[in-house]
Amino acid sequence: MKHDHYDVIVVGGGHAGVEAAAIAARMGAKVALVTMKLSTIGAMSCNPAIGGLGKGHLVREVDALDGLMGRVADAAGIQFRLLNRRKGPAVQGPRLQADRVIFRDRMQAELRSVNDLDLVEGEVADLIEEGGRITGVILGEGQKLSAHSVILTTGTFLRGVLHFGGETRPGGRMGDNASTRLADRMDSFGLTMGRLKTGTPARLDGKTIDWERLESQPGDEDPVMLSFLNTAPEARQIACGITHTNAQAHDIIRENLSRSAMYSGNISGTGPRYCPSIEDKVVRFADKESHQVFLEPEGLTTDTVYPNGISTSLPVEVQNDFIRSMKGLKQVRIEQPGYAIEYDYVDPRALTRNLELRDVPGLYLAGQINGTTGYEEAAAQGCVAGRAAAAAALGFEAPEFSRSTSYIGVMVDDLITRGVTEPYRMFTSRAEFRLSLRADNADQRLTSQGREIGCVGDERWQAFSEKMERLEAGRIMLSQSKYPVSALIGVGANLNPERPAKTGLEALSLPEVDFSVLAELDPSLQEIDPRVGEQIKREAIYSAYLDRQERDAQTIAKDESRRLPHDLDYGTIPGLSSELRFKLERHRPASVGEAARIEGMTAAGLLLLINTSRRIAA
Amino acid sequence: METIYALATARGRAGVAIIRISGPAAHAAGEAMAGELPRHGRGLRRLRDAQGDLLDEALVLTFDERRSFTGEAVVELHLHGSRAVISAVLDRLGDLPDLRPAEAGEFTRRALENGRLDLSQVEGLADLIDAETEAQRRQAMRTMSGALGQRAEVWKRDLLRAMALLEAVIDFADEDVPVDVTPEVEMLLDRSADAMRREMDGVAAAERIRDGFEVAIIGAPNMGKSTLLNHLAGRDAAIISDVPGTTRDVIEVRMDLRGLPVTLLDTAGLRESVDQVEAIGIGRARERAAAADIRLHLVSPEDFDTALAGPDDLVRVARSDLHDADPRGISGLTGQGVPDLLDELADRLEARSASAGVAIRERHRVALREGLAHIARCRELLPSGGIAHDLAAEELRLAVRALDSLVGRVDVEHILGEIFSSFCIGK
Ligand SMILES: Cc1cc2nc3c(=O)[nH]c(=O)nc-3n(C[C@H](O)[C@H](O)[C@H](O)COP(=O)(O)OP(=O)(O)OC[C@H]3O[C@@H](n4cnc5c(N)ncnc54)[C@H](O)[C@@H]3O)c2cc1C
Repeated sequence: MKHDHYDVIVVGGGHAGVEAAAIAARMGAKVALVTMKLSTIGAMSCNPAIGGLGKGHLVREVDALDGLMGRVADAAGIQFRLLNRRKGPAVQGPRLQADRVIFRDRMQAELRSVNDLDLVEGEVADLIEEGGRITGVILGEGQKLSAHSVILTTGTFLRGVLHFGGETRPGGRMGDNASTRLADRMDSFGLTMGRLKTGTPARLDGKTIDWERLESQPGDEDPVMLSFLNTAPEARQIACGITHTNAQAHDIIRENLSRSAMYSGNISGTGPRYCPSIEDKVVRFADKESHQVFLEPEGLTTDTVYPNGISTSLPVEVQNDFIRSMKGLKQVRIEQPGYAIEYDYVDPRALTRNLELRDVPGLYLAGQINGTTGYEEAAAQGCVAGRAAAAAALGFEAPEFSRSTSYIGVMVDDLITRGVTEPYRMFTSRAEFRLSLRADNADQRLTSQGREIGCVGDERWQAFSEKMERLEAGRIMLSQSKYPVSALIGVGANLNPERPAKTGLEALSLPEVDFSVLAELDPSLQEIDPRVGEQIKREAIYSAYLDRQERDAQTIAKDESRRLPHDLDYGTIPGLSSELRFKLERHRPASVGEAARIEGMTAAGLLLLINTSRRIAA
Repeated sequence: METIYALATARGRAGVAIIRISGPAAHAAGEAMAGELPRHGRGLRRLRDAQGDLLDEALVLTFDERRSFTGEAVVELHLHGSRAVISAVLDRLGDLPDLRPAEAGEFTRRALENGRLDLSQVEGLADLIDAETEAQRRQAMRTMSGALGQRAEVWKRDLLRAMALLEAVIDFADEDVPVDVTPEVEMLLDRSADAMRREMDGVAAAERIRDGFEVAIIGAPNMGKSTLLNHLAGRDAAIISDVPGTTRDVIEVRMDLRGLPVTLLDTAGLRESVDQVEAIGIGRARERAAAADIRLHLVSPEDFDTALAGPDDLVRVARSDLHDADPRGISGLTGQGVPDLLDELADRLEARSASAGVAIRERHRVALREGLAHIARCRELLPSGGIAHDLAAEELRLAVRALDSLVGRVDVEHILGEIFSSFCIGK
């Protein structure tokens, strides 16, 4: 039996939508998830991979809040790789390739098992507005659903247009209709909107690939899971193939550039620099003779293969020609051609830190609609919006995500203070607190806080609490044990023999001393679970830097606590230049900290804002 | 935003006095007094008061936001420099709506806020206004024209490129990026560190140019030190000021030596003293002399070869008038040897000031030193291979931040921009 009044209505069943609906429901809100086709909930529009550098951090954070993505992806994982395994833990990113079908089915099963979450099939055509607030949605057939607030997670569907070479047609992605009526409704809010584009490669029939001739890339021997709750893969593991583009392929592409949707001037939107089409690669890096292409099977029960690295909007027959010129692909059959998609996004500078539209109370936006790209970015935003909307409906305020404690905070802050000029993707280099915001400690950073606001369930809380106890016991033991320097030199440490003995924690901060090495030196340490020991080692590596990062974080927190009212009249601040005033009026930063990150902000201008904020607070 | 005005030239009688008005109401204020403003930015106008009575005939200059010193609309009134005219015009401006007198330094502050000057340029400007000698003026001009900012930009470009290389290997590990970026990173780090170190080493000289070199005249009592000092103070050199010694033991005379500011110290008689108070004074004088840039030892002829002089010190036979005009001598009475002495001093000080760059303050030196320390640490971490790239990148970030404290700020978009324009990233 469907209700007709909800706390939160989520529009869209993509990666943002499912997390938004699930987190709100976990917090005790009554939720409806409305999406065009229930059968596409959990669909992956593009690459069947989850995680990676920066992205893996986001998944871990979603997981730390007891979100779905990590667990569902682990269940569907058919190849696990920890990227940057040989580099420092702060920049390691867990990534996996998922079986599309398992992922989708698991995701749908998870959602169905959530209490107080209704799944509604239908297209949202309009929004209900009452007393200056969004209070519900109207479906295509006229049915109305009311709610305390509404979260839009419509991805690439707003006025989506697909391009195959010179051919174009409206669509949200291959096989789905665009969302045009809702886009028209969005226009009425007077928001700044823009156009972005992205592309996807052709899908190949794996039975027609000559795998024998190709190099193969296996997964890791000791797979690292995305979720803190899992320890081993469920699905059978597979290897990927690797091939390369070559001079002949490049020639074909170059000769046909004018027929590419991207190059013929048909697309006005901006595409991501880090996910260029093969046309882009050939033009911009003309001196490169070859580009790597990973052939990634899309699942265990399908023959479809995703050729990672050659997204394109060339006409189908050209795609056929250049793909077949590559090693191992001479006979390949294209199952579905590559295409580009162009869509509307909302300038995220119109959002609050909770991803609510400042000028349209009750309406939250999450996912690709905010100018981001990627499943993980979408899922993380879903958590932010879902959490805030549920809290608002239940009558409390959830603490904001900060740059100094999460990648989620970095992303939200980047989006709302800088906006986007190309589809926004997470990188570890975006996080200035990278050394402390690691994938390995996402739970230590976020789970307690999540428990407090009610989004972390009992099972996870118990596992987390036990882990924290073991970590604490391990740290105490290691801070009390002492090792003479001679012993540490014996295991390869580069130390001055004159120095006094080191505690276990100090010893672990040396690059040469792993936990296993120490445990061999001191058998009493074998009481400590090796995984706990390894985690303490990760913390120790960065101990020398954490103080400084801590200080910086405090500065940020201080600047962030200096609030600037939303309706502040910048014209009344004496000494503020007209240029800065214009920028501040446009961004309406909520705090001095946010203002500091506005491009072109000057030290002197900040000083004026600090004074203003102090005056207002007094 | 308020419009401010102030007299930009020194108060008092002068040929020309300039009143500057800056802010959105500047042009309106100009029109209220001068009628229509000159169309091409400058022209002669009659300034009138509210009753239409003539105040002065003035050269009126107008600037729009993009071309003015403050980055705002500016009007300048070049008046006849009489006190009466100035105060009449200032009164009139005070009566106009939306105008108020500027606070001290407010024009410069607005230039800073509007991004017309960076912090180091403001410091240069302050020095320029204070400049008394030619070398000070040149140094301040270089800094004010943004030379430090430009150099920092160059170092930063190298560091950002190095950072982009490291970040590329970190964030795009699964892509086609160069595998070993270390050699290029090392080259970039060394290049910027060398330049920064040179600049840092020059701060001491630059500070001397700003604050003055010190030359201490030392010798036993009755060696004619004071006579020589009086001679130098009275003639031969342009005296800027007589600063009476703050202690009764050191007398200072400021002079301009080939454009370099020099303070001569007369360290009243170095001798063993039984008087405790005097002994303390002498101790202080010794310290002061030891810290001076150059010491001039005045000695008797028999002590000439055994004087305890450092490599940078000068030794002269004192009171040469008593010693048959000894060629090694100097006399404050006859002036013998004085031109030579001044030449030699000036040569030496010029050689020392040659190392001065555009970093001129202790603040600059501290920022450079901090930046260099982080670069050095980064350099140590590099050979570990990828393992410590995250730490190396952190050190670089801190190095760049240190440079930023000299001028502006960087952000991650610059680094990503560098990455994207250099490598083919993306699958
Ligand atoms: C062609 C293509 C190529 C891509 N390439 C890449 C890539 O290379 N790299 C990368 O990281 N990411 C890529 N992506 C992006 C990635 O798929 C998205 O970033 C991510 O899925 C966004 O999640 P989302 O939840 O915001 O939206 P989506 O996953 O797009 O979900 C939107 C949901 O909203 C529903 N919906 C829309 N309008 C309505 C409405 N009016 N009423 C009801 N339901 C509605 C849809 O049915 C859908 O379920 C690509 C996407 C596409 C389509």
